[in-house]
Amino acid sequence: MKHALELNNVTASYGHGSILHGIDLAVPEGGVTALLGANGAGKTTTLRAICGMIETHGEVRLFGEEITGKSPEAIARMGVAHVPDGRGTFSSLTVMDNLRLGAFTAKKRGNFQRSLDRVFDYFPRLKERVGQHAGTLSGGEQQMLAIGRALMAEPRLILLDEPSIGLAPVIVKQLFEILDQIARDAGVSMLLVEQNSNLALKLASNAALLEVGNLVARGTAKELSQNQEIARAYLGDVAAEGAGA
Amino acid sequence: MTFFLEQLIIGLSSGGIYAIMALALVMIYKSTGHVNLAQGEMAVFSTFIAWTLVQMDVPIWPAILLTVAVSFVGAIVLERVVVRPFAKADDLVVVAVFVGLFLSIHSLAGAIWNYEVKPFPSAFSDGSISLMDDLSIRAHTLGSLLTTGAVLTAVWFFFRYTRLGLALRAAADNHESSRLVGINVSVMLALGWGLAAGIGAVAGVMIAPVTFLDPGMGLAPLIFALAGALLGGITSPFGAALGGLIVGVLEAMVSAYVPYGIEFRELIALMLILSVLLVRPAGLFGEIVTRRV
Repeated sequence: MKHALELNNVTASYGHGSILHGIDLAVPEGGVTALLGANGAGKTTTLRAICGMIETHGEVRLFGEEITGKSPEAIARMGVAHVPDGRGTFSSLTVMDNLRLGAFTAKKRGNFQRSLDRVFDYFPRLKERVGQHAGTLSGGEQQMLAIGRALMAEPRLILLDEPSIGLAPVIVKQLFEILDQIARDAGVSMLLVEQNSNLALKLASNAALLEVGNLVARGTAKELSQNQEIARAYLGDVAAEGAGA
Repeated sequence: MTFFLEQLIIGLSSGGIYAIMALALVMIYKSTGHVNLAQGEMAVFSTFIAWTLVQMDVPIWPAILLTVAVSFVGAIVLERVVVRPFAKADDLVVVAVFVGLFLSIHSLAGAIWNYEVKPFPSAFSDGSISLMDDLSIRAHTLGSLLTTGAVLTAVWFFFRYTRLGLALRAAADNHESSRLVGINVSVMLALGWGLAAGIGAVAGVMIAPVTFLDPGMGLAPLIFALAGALLGGITSPFGAALGGLIVGVLEAMVSAYVPYGIEFRELIALMLILSVLLVRPAGLFGEIVTRRV
């Protein structure tokens, strides 16, 4: 099977301490892969390592091509859209400008209108708010905008960092339904980081479990949902162990 | 009434200069969070370059355009070599760097061109233009007003409607997110410096025929521009430009109507800065950061 993303023995650190201790991870092309783990396990760091935001060693391959050590903007241009933790919307810019920026790297500029229509299809709420500053949107709307912006880039791979964080359960439910729809429609590959394992495993076809900077389990979503490790992480035992990381 | 109109036009004319200087300050403030205290000295240095070109018999308009281009490139180099290494330093360190830059550019201008006050030719005719029966305004005053108006419009258009302008606004808003959508933030920061210096150069060559040229010329405009930027809101380019215009008009009115006003007009700028900071720290149009989570 061809992989959208491959991590081989990837280590990463923030200068004062190593966060990832050599992880191997493969994201198959198409569909959603969930990266699970407790707080502090290194999930966000893994995404930041993939998109070049931190110093990374080992090997990161995007559709077979090595991208280790490339700059975030170069990696973005190669078709990786990152929806970061905290959403990362441009708060002083309008919703429309945010979406325009999403398309900044899009290969064919003629596709702009089509991409925009598609985003508004998924998130009609954004269409009502095109002229509003992103900073004044609600949390759910900001998350929609962050995902919409990622779609505007016509990416090959979307990295999603805790899209459910800070949102009301009913909004989270809607959001994940739309993510499911996007994954089906677009044929884009997604790597989803979630603390809410239940939710993530429902959406994902494959999953991996990260524990204090090490990958401890991986398989199909079904396999992992019956796995004891997941149950343990889900109950939060790992959080206590991982606090030192 | 005509006296008032005359003062208004004079005020708007110098206000236009403060407005584009304020805009230069805002451009750098928004992307780095720092006020470039050397902005005025950079503009003076640019004006000396224009002066030198004019001395070499280059016609004034080509001299101005060339000066803007040189300033643009010079500021990019300056950003790379002097400012960039301190990008992650403490605020106080950056302030010290800017003060150092201020003094260095000031002294360098003095060393090259000495401290003697020099006349600077107007880019417009030396005569006056009669607007009404008993109202005639110096051609330079009107020309300067139109020039700064054109610069403001061009800058607005550039930021609002071009892809590069959008990228610059994005880089000013959020460095990390900009990189994640594929924008080279490092290039944008340098470009911001270049643009600020370029429009600063225009301000310099517009004000020099009025104040005459010497290395100390830049301080008062910088203070007025800063007052304008704070009044309008240092996070808002539109507000800062409007603030600059208001400060210019205020300066002209106080000079004209208040006894001894011309003596303490610089005090107004200072009082304005203080009162804005006390009453409305974000300025008239500044964003009081509204973020919902």
